[in-house]
Formats: sequence, C-alpha cells, structure tokens
Amino acid sequence: MAHIQLKNISKTFGNHTALTGLDLDIADGEFFVLLGETGAGKTTTLRLIAGLEKPSEGQVFIDGVDVADWGAAERDVALVLQQYSLYPRYTVRENLEFPLKPKIRRLPDAEIKDRVDRAARTLRIEHLLDRKTDRLSGGEMQRVSIGRAIVRKPRVFLMDEPLSALDAKLREALRTELKNLQIQLGATFLFVTHDQIEAMSMGDKVGVLNHGRIIQTGTPHEIYNNPRDTYVASFVGSPPMNLIDGRLVNGRAVMAPLNFELPFAGGAKAGAATEGRPLVFGIRPEDVYLESGAPVEARVHDVENHGVEKILTLRVGDTTLRATVPARTDVAIEQPVRFAWNPDKVVLFDKGSGVSLRHAG
Amino acid sequence: MAAVRTSSEITFNRVAIVAVLLVTIIFLAPIYWIASTAFKPRNLATTIPPTVVFQPEISPFVKLFTKRSQLRSPPSPEEYAAAPWWERVVFDGGEKIVRDGKGQVQWSGYPSRFLNSLIIAITSTVLAVGMGTFTAYGFSRFKVKGEADLLFFILSTRMLPPVVVAIPMFLMYRAVGLNDTHIGLIILYTAFNLSFSVWLMKGFMDEIPKEYEEAALVDGYTRMEAFFKIVLPEAATGIAATAVFCFITAWNEYAFALIMTNRRAQTAPPFIPSQVGSGLPDWTVIAAGTFLFLLPVAIFTFLLRNHLLRGMSFGAIRK
Repeated sequence: MAHIQLKNISKTFGNHTALTGLDLDIADGEFFVLLGETGAGKTTTLRLIAGLEKPSEGQVFIDGVDVADWGAAERDVALVLQQYSLYPRYTVRENLEFPLKPKIRRLPDAEIKDRVDRAARTLRIEHLLDRKTDRLSGGEMQRVSIGRAIVRKPRVFLMDEPLSALDAKLREALRTELKNLQIQLGATFLFVTHDQIEAMSMGDKVGVLNHGRIIQTGTPHEIYNNPRDTYVASFVGSPPMNLIDGRLVNGRAVMAPLNFELPFAGGAKAGAATEGRPLVFGIRPEDVYLESGAPVEARVHDVENHGVEKILTLRVGDTTLRATVPARTDVAIEQPVRFAWNPDKVVLFDKGSGVSLRHAG
Repeated sequence: MAAVRTSSEITFNRVAIVAVLLVTIIFLAPIYWIASTAFKPRNLATTIPPTVVFQPEISPFVKLFTKRSQLRSPPSPEEYAAAPWWERVVFDGGEKIVRDGKGQVQWSGYPSRFLNSLIIAITSTVLAVGMGTFTAYGFSRFKVKGEADLLFFILSTRMLPPVVVAIPMFLMYRAVGLNDTHIGLIILYTAFNLSFSVWLMKGFMDEIPKEYEEAALVDGYTRMEAFFKIVLPEAATGIAATAVFCFITAWNEYAFALIMTNRRAQTAPPFIPSQVGSGLPDWTVIAAGTFLFLLPVAIFTFLLRNHLLRGMSFGAIRK
C-alpha cells in the first residue's frame, strides 16, 4: 500500500501537450478517481505512475521515493485496462499466475496456487479457472483482469476505465464489487473514468481533469455542491448544473438579457464587488422547483420521464434550464408553469474566467 | 445458421463455384503435366496428343538420382536377375547405372543440389524472418527517428529488378570469395527477403495491442521476456505467413543461383534446366526433378496452412 504523489508533471508527445503542471496527492488506502473527458490526459497520468511513460517534467513519488529511474516492473503497481488486459492463448489460471512468475519476484508454487485460489474466490471466478480467455464474457474477462491485479498485492491499483466496455447492469454490479474489494483490501486505488456517475459513486476523492490540468480535487460531495468552475459544474451531474448568464442587482439575480429575476441568498455577503458585474448563475436541476406562486413564468420545452422523477426542460425567452421534479408532477409540453430556485444553493461563477466566486475569493 | 437464401443468390453461388473450378483447373494444369510426366515411360513423355492413361513408372526417379550410361547391348540374363529392382527399371530403359571401381552406385548431381536448396532456403528464411521480426517490433513499438524514411529505404532495396545488380554482385562476390558458397547465397537471399519480411511483420506487429506487453511489463517482466512470452506467440500467424513467402522466394530463385554458383553450392533451379542441354533430353527425368522440387513448398505451406488464411490476407480476417 502506498502514498502516491505527482509534482508539477508535464508530458508532451511531439507537439501535443497531454499534461501541464499536474499535482496530485493520493493518500494511502484511498480510492481516488480521476475524472475527465476523452483526451483529458487521464490515461497518460496512469501510465506515468505505472512507469510506462516518462514525464517530460516533474516527479512521481511512491511512498515518498522519487521513482523516475524505476521501470514498470520495479514499481510494483497493478494495472487493469478497459480491454486487452488478458493474455490470449492462456487459460484464466495461467493469466492469474503470470504476475506471480517473473524472475524478479517469483513465488514458490504452493504460494502461487494459494494466491490464485484466493483471488478466484474473492472474485467468484473459480469455475472459470481452466477456461481459455477467449471463452469468457465481458464481465468475466474484467473480473479476471482485476484478479490478475489482486493476486500480486501491489502497492497501488491503477485502473483505466475498467468498466466502460461493459453493459450497464454489469457495470453497476462491478462498481459495487470493486468498491467493496478496495475496502476489503485497504489498498490505494487510482481509478480513471470519463463517467461521472462512477466517479461520484466510488471515489473517496475525485480529481477532475481537463486539457491536461487538474481543475478540482475533492470529495464527491465537494465537487458536486461546490464546483470550482463552470467546466466542473457542467461535467459533473446528470443532468448537469444549469448555467445562466446574469447580474446581481440589489441582491437579486437578474438574468440577462433581462428575462427574469430571482432572489439570491448570498447577495449581501458577496459584497459590492459582485454588484452589476457579469456572472454565471449555477443551479442544480434538483434545486429548481415548480410552484404556482413562484416568481418566474416559463414554458415546458421538453419532458424526460426517468421513472422516479421527471426531468423538465423549461424555456424562458431564449434561455432554457432543467428542473428535476417528482414523477407525479403532471405537465405537458408547451404548458406554462411558474418556477423558483433554492436561493441557498446557487453558485456564482465569474463570467469571464468561469471560476466560482467561492473558490476565487 | 439457417439463412434464407434467394434464388438469385443460389444462382450466383453456382456460377461462382464453376468459375473457381475453372480457374483452379487452369492453375493446376501445369502441375498435373509435370506430375504425370514424372511417372511416364520415356517413350510416352512427348507424344502428341499427350498420353493421359499409362502405366505409371518409378524409373524417372531412379534415373534422377543416379549416373547412367547408354547400354551398347542388353544386359545378360544373369546380370539382369542379380540386379535390384531399381537397377532393372534402368536396364528396361536401355541404360545402366554407373558404378565406381568398388561397385558403389554413382549419384547424380540432383541430390546434392536439392540439399543445397534446402540448406540455403531454410537458413535464409530463418534469418530473414528472425531479423525482420525484431526489426519490425522495434519500428512498431518504439519511436524511431526518421522511421518513415528508414522504412522506405528498407523497401527501396526491392525496387530494382535484382538482375540489374547481378553483375556487380558477382564481381564483388568473386573478390571476397563468396561465389559458389552456401553462405554467399544465404546472405544474398536473406538480404533480398529482409525488406519484405520487415514490412510484412511490421503490419502484423502493429496489430498486436501493445497493452499485452505493457501488462507484462507492469507485472514484473523485462521487455525481452514480454517479447518472447507474449508478443511472439501472438505474432505466430504473421511469422508463418512471412516465412512461407520468404521460403518460396528463396527456394525458387533462379537468376542469382545461376550466376553465383556452379557446382558446390548450386541449387536445384539452375541445375534442373542444365540437364536439358546434354544430348537428347529425357523429359521424364527432368519432370521427376521438378516434381520433387515442388514438394517442399507444398509441404511447408500445408504444415502452416492454419496460420496462412489470416496471414495471406494481411490480417484482414479478425479472429
């Protein structure tokens, strides 16, 4: 088990910059999720820690030791990939044994058998041990690759979108299993994904990566409720946070171009500096509610039925925003409704930089 | 699957089958001709129209492997009776097998030429495919400065017809004493096949996901171990296909073999036609030599057939 630290890491591939000035601190035994879109630099970060790439600048520390000169074999990390992580032509057992047999840390046969059996039991793949890997389903394959990682008791588990190739049901099941496994092993996990639901549900901590930079690091709760900027706000959450341009005038949110006004709780605290300056108001759809006496009138633009709830798209002038309402709410498209928001939950972003005023201040 | 087929599809299939059969027959005709001639009695070899039905004989093969001379008179009945069966078939053809002073049968030039062909083709194939595999792996997995230029340079060695460089090669080989040696032809064929092997193997290497080796690296294996344990088994198909191509090229090569060798290291291709020139050619013997010459390629291809379907289509068929 180990503590991972990346200090001021940059990585370029030819003209392409994958990572710039990346700092990351993953505590021992933590389930850290690196969240970002395709091409944000998540996989590169993982490969730098695994020792499959060398950083152009900066240092990687494992348990406080600079591992710049360590090859992948010496770093004692385990890597689980989205696909291709099982050796074809080998049986499941041979695949599980493979990480225990390299010359630098070859274990005695009895120990190998013991560890393989234990891993197989943990992941419930005992019945598959003698099967060739091309005769496994996607979920079984992914279990085996996780098994290949846990037989070794590595210092860190690195997982590169291990669930994204699976279908939804299986993904959900394995999500829980992985999280339980991490708690059971007490191991340090670095889990890379583009799926914000995975990040929110599994991570002790989440790092949001965009264009090779860490935008925000924090607990899922912090990331969700207090996004550092409009990118995080719109990336995390489904449906995403509503972002509406406007200004604060006399402690009230006035939406540009003067379509509607809403009360704002933090108006006095925000101070005079924010008065009148161009802002972006962020509000989660679940904090927007319909009420007969509410201050703003809108038309229902679209209704998405999600079973337990409905997601409405409301239209005010040419601005649209989403609201999550209970499924029993009876609305029809183009029906006029009145809505308000929870003034305590509004997040203010600077219009120019997109940074949340809470983080900037 | 019980697919529903329309009548037009069935018609198309029938036409396709007939077309394939026709093409196959055209392709196989020369092979049939050689094979049938190799088993014909000498007097039926050149009949017009060709004899199709005949009593097959083994005598062309006996003659192929031995030195013979014309009989001035038929052998005496005792001599004929004492001779083994393979000598009798030569007597029947009006010839006798040449023996040395101790009564040992004198071999013809064919077996040693055939052996030369085997040694040279196999060695150069192993070398070309081996070096090609390593080179391709390097090009495929590592950033090589000027990769495109280097690969083009490697390919450019195949852009001239080889015969163009035959005379300078011959002079160079004579200067360093490589002409008429096995090693000389092996170097030549290896160099000739290497560019092909690199390019073909590069394609196959590119197809093997690098994640496999990276997983092995992370698991504690060295790059070399990962290459032998993971990459090589995955590349087996490509290696087999490349080997067949290289072997066929080296095995069939005629021009350089003709120029660079004359006796010690001569391969079968220049030897077989050289037997036509002397006196009245015995076409059955030449056909027998050619027929045997066809066999190694056929056997080699047959042994590797499982790998070849994917290999020959340059990886187009996914497993």
